[in-house]
Amino acid sequence: MKGRGVLTGVHFMHGDHACAEGAIAAGCRFFAGYPITPSTEIAERLAQRLPEVGGVFIQMEDEIASIVAVIGASAAGARAMTATSGPGFSLMMESVGLAAMMEIPCVIVDVQRGSPSTGLPTLPGQADVMQARWGSHGDYEIAAYAPWSPQEMFDLTVLAFNVADRFRIPVMVMADEVVGHMVERVVIPPEDQIPRWERKRPRYPAGDGFKPFLVEDEDLVPPMVHAGEGYRVHFTGLTHDERGYPDMSAETHHRLVTRLVEKVRRNASQMIRYDTYALDDAKIVVISYGCTARSARRAVADARRMGIPAGLLRLISLWPFPADVVRELARQADAFIVAEMNLGQMICEVERYVSQPVKGVFHAGGAMIPPDPILQAIREVAFHGPRAGGGKASAG
Amino acid sequence: MRKEIRIAGFGGQGVVLAGYILGKAFAVYEGLEAVMTQSYGPEARGGSSSSNVVVSDEPIDYPFVLEPDVLILLSQEAYTRFRPTAKPDALVIIEEDLVQPWPDDRPLRIPATRLAEGLGRRIVANMVVLGFFTAVSGLVKRESVEKAIETTLAPRLVPLNLKAFATGYEYCVKEQAR
Repeated sequence: MKGRGVLTGVHFMHGDHACAEGAIAAGCRFFAGYPITPSTEIAERLAQRLPEVGGVFIQMEDEIASIVAVIGASAAGARAMTATSGPGFSLMMESVGLAAMMEIPCVIVDVQRGSPSTGLPTLPGQADVMQARWGSHGDYEIAAYAPWSPQEMFDLTVLAFNVADRFRIPVMVMADEVVGHMVERVVIPPEDQIPRWERKRPRYPAGDGFKPFLVEDEDLVPPMVHAGEGYRVHFTGLTHDERGYPDMSAETHHRLVTRLVEKVRRNASQMIRYDTYALDDAKIVVISYGCTARSARRAVADARRMGIPAGLLRLISLWPFPADVVRELARQADAFIVAEMNLGQMICEVERYVSQPVKGVFHAGGAMIPPDPILQAIREVAFHGPRAGGGKASAG
Repeated sequence: MRKEIRIAGFGGQGVVLAGYILGKAFAVYEGLEAVMTQSYGPEARGGSSSSNVVVSDEPIDYPFVLEPDVLILLSQEAYTRFRPTAKPDALVIIEEDLVQPWPDDRPLRIPATRLAEGLGRRIVANMVVLGFFTAVSGLVKRESVEKAIETTLAPRLVPLNLKAFATGYEYCVKEQAR
């Protein structure tokens, strides 16, 4: 049976299903994964949908194999993805570095649950956000996006594929159980309005002098050769030269790793996404992301109603972090508040770029932080000064 | 206008489907904002199950039901657990053959399962209840729910479900006329 690739129209859709439809709409035709709550509905939906559109769904033996299969499919030219939650995300970490090192695009969806370890399988968390950035060994850069609605589960999955392909990096969609399991309106645009950034493709014919990792462009991204196109290409996790062959010299290593990192930093403006609410004249800036940002927006709206000049910066890209935006806000703000469903992760990043006190509203996970503790933090700062309450609060 | 609706019963009663269809009617066919969340036990059938719909004319921030404006309760356990959470002036609807309300409580009653059995399939009791709710609450248009039923279910299931919906709707109209 041949199904529709892009389900153009207005839907009332489960967040995980919206992610799966985003993948299909982005042209993903390969999924390898191991089902894990609360991401299982992504695999379930793709197991049904991918065969309808001529794609491949494989349930692997574990998450280690899943990510490696995704890397292999991508090396052969497919848009490929896996989806998991914390425990599986941990197992995938080694090969996130492999994908970064070999510059093979891939999309990894982490529907975060209460953690560490097995934690709370059916309940939300946001404590994998630093792992997304630093989970594999070594210096590398990735992009990671935090959806706050089923609509963004769709939109950001499309973006993740585009960023992965355009810059040849692993890209994570850092969802959470609340957003993954919520049902809300999702508008899927017509197929010709789904943004598509392509991989750069080789400019030179196959032959003895061909260098698959030759970089000629300002963006530091080498064109990508796919397996089976007649080129002889060597992919390795070892430090390699422009030919792709291992080279154990300090110079080559420094040049390669610096380029992998610079490739993302130099192009960060194309990857960074954020949203603002009531920030224009805000003196108290709340920073939040994912499901927690929904409560933060309510808290900011309630604070405004009380006459408190609060505003919200919602991080859509966690990585690259929108440092310039935060620096700019530091020129107008008296204080910052970071609300997140962990015990203080992205707050460290905010603290790097501002000199004002930064107050945290934290919860270890298991239930979405409601608007009240965030409003409470805003009020404390407004009425008792930025250092009120000793800095770090717990929403528990 | 933020309204919180909770439908609760046991697994197998179609509580989640009823919530989905109601949410879809609001979000897709009435142009309102709506969020559905659900909770259920590990059992495939017989465990507790609830679906929660928040509807509003502005974007919905906090997506969960805290203090329901509407409670639709299809089991004694759901009644005991959720009846105290409702707003004082909440609209409370019970499955009258499955729920024995407290002596001082005066919820609206419908024999949804019995009416569904009259149509040949007790499994459509959820649509009977949805029809009753649609008629009594005035929160959603009949056509919107019908469209949601038509676009959600497999075509072969639509006629029976629409009939069940109409049965609940008309039961309410008749009861109110008495």
